[in-house]
Amino acid sequence: MSHHTIEIDDLSFSYPDGRQALDNVSLHVAQNEKVALVGPNGAGKSTLMLHLNGILRSSAGRIQVGGLALNDKNLGQIRAWLGLVFQNPDDQLFSPTVFQDVAFGPLHMGLPEAEVRARVDRALAAVGMDDFADRASFHLSVGEKKRIAIATVLSMDPQILVLDEPSAGLDPRSRRDLIGLLHDLDQQTMLISTHDMRLVADLCSRTVVLDGGRVVSDGPTAEILYDSDLMERHGLETP
Amino acid sequence: MTLVHDRYRAINSPLHRLDPRVKLVTALLLIVGIVLTPERAWPAYPLLWALVGGIAAVGQLGVGRVARLGGVALPFALAAATLLFTTPGDPVISLAGLDITDNGLARFAAILLKSWLAVQVALLLSMSTHITDLLWALSSLRVPATLVAIISFMIRYLYTLQDEAQRLTRARAARSATHTGQRSGGSIRWRARVTGGLVGNLFLRSYERSERVYAAMLARGYRGELRSLDPPPLTGRAVLSGAGVIAALVVIELAALLLWG
Repeated sequence: MSHHTIEIDDLSFSYPDGRQALDNVSLHVAQNEKVALVGPNGAGKSTLMLHLNGILRSSAGRIQVGGLALNDKNLGQIRAWLGLVFQNPDDQLFSPTVFQDVAFGPLHMGLPEAEVRARVDRALAAVGMDDFADRASFHLSVGEKKRIAIATVLSMDPQILVLDEPSAGLDPRSRRDLIGLLHDLDQQTMLISTHDMRLVADLCSRTVVLDGGRVVSDGPTAEILYDSDLMERHGLETP
Repeated sequence: MTLVHDRYRAINSPLHRLDPRVKLVTALLLIVGIVLTPERAWPAYPLLWALVGGIAAVGQLGVGRVARLGGVALPFALAAATLLFTTPGDPVISLAGLDITDNGLARFAAILLKSWLAVQVALLLSMSTHITDLLWALSSLRVPATLVAIISFMIRYLYTLQDEAQRLTRARAARSATHTGQRSGGSIRWRARVTGGLVGNLFLRSYERSERVYAAMLARGYRGELRSLDPPPLTGRAVLSGAGVIAALVVIELAALLLWG
């Protein structure tokens, strides 16, 4: 069995209003690979990410996470393996305190109390927010919220991290810190959706361009990111 | 502009350290006891206030300040003003052809005093207990988990919602310009429509947010049942201090019933 991998084959998805969001998407991510998912607004990046742990389900296509097929039976296991960090931390941090938010995942995995506490401590330490356990989520800055949002999935010890626009809305220093943090997380496979081309250049060895629900390009970051024709054709720019 | 206001005061006092379950139950019993005091048992009221003030002093919250803040509910108690005229009894004063009776006066005064005291008890609870502690106290006292979850989400998103409302009203203000020589704004009808749109917009945004939050919960393994860590054990000392307050209340109420009622 292959761990830490994502395999998407021929995935198509239309929203109930008929809009086609994904059109025959195929994408394989290998263990410990850091892959950037870029494309203009409305290209289907978020929709694709919501498919990876079964929040959106499509009948057309096949998804395997860590070698397990995504179906009702494996859903719980896959959600434990694949940590999804949402774009807006206010959606991800829904508990009154930071501790409760970071403990939410481990608690719902059914872990004993001591293990939950240990994991919360470890996750908060990993994002450099050790002292924030008792703070109220709504009084934090955007940069702090982003870090806590990442901690809420790290506490589940995921094999794969899927991040939706992690650097959006951050000031330059918080953005730097975040890139450093993601850089140091080398145990996880990563799929990062972003408009931040410098983050892509710093962090990801491979880039996938999505436009109109299709994969239009997939290859080494160094080739794709500096292909200005390709970038401009899809509403992007070179760093 | 802050609409949402957290009354909690972070002080390290014995009252603040007391188990929130004990505080919650004691506060509820105190309020029930205050409300049930016989209305003409006048000596009971200063004693009850001494008890409430004593708790405020232990919590270092300022007896005078709590007493002053307790007055916020008094305007609502004015709803009981009709009792002045409608309670049967001997007329004391005549106002514009209506008689204020002695019984009516007593009943109205008792209602004012009771609401003032009860609000102080609620204030003491909220000033000395952090809201998250109150939440787990509620759930360990067998309040249905769904209800506790709803309160918890409400508290979490009240601030976010407030920010959103603020952004919307600012956007409106920024575009509410005046053209030289013309009256600004439209008819009341038009203004009402703008405000209605604002409220509708806020509702839709919150509704969409709730879907995103639910997705975030699912992504972290939520399957329809909220779990939380087991609460810490209840200590004998905590129960004892709660029992002490209740004992004082019972003594006052018994005296009120037997001696002054």
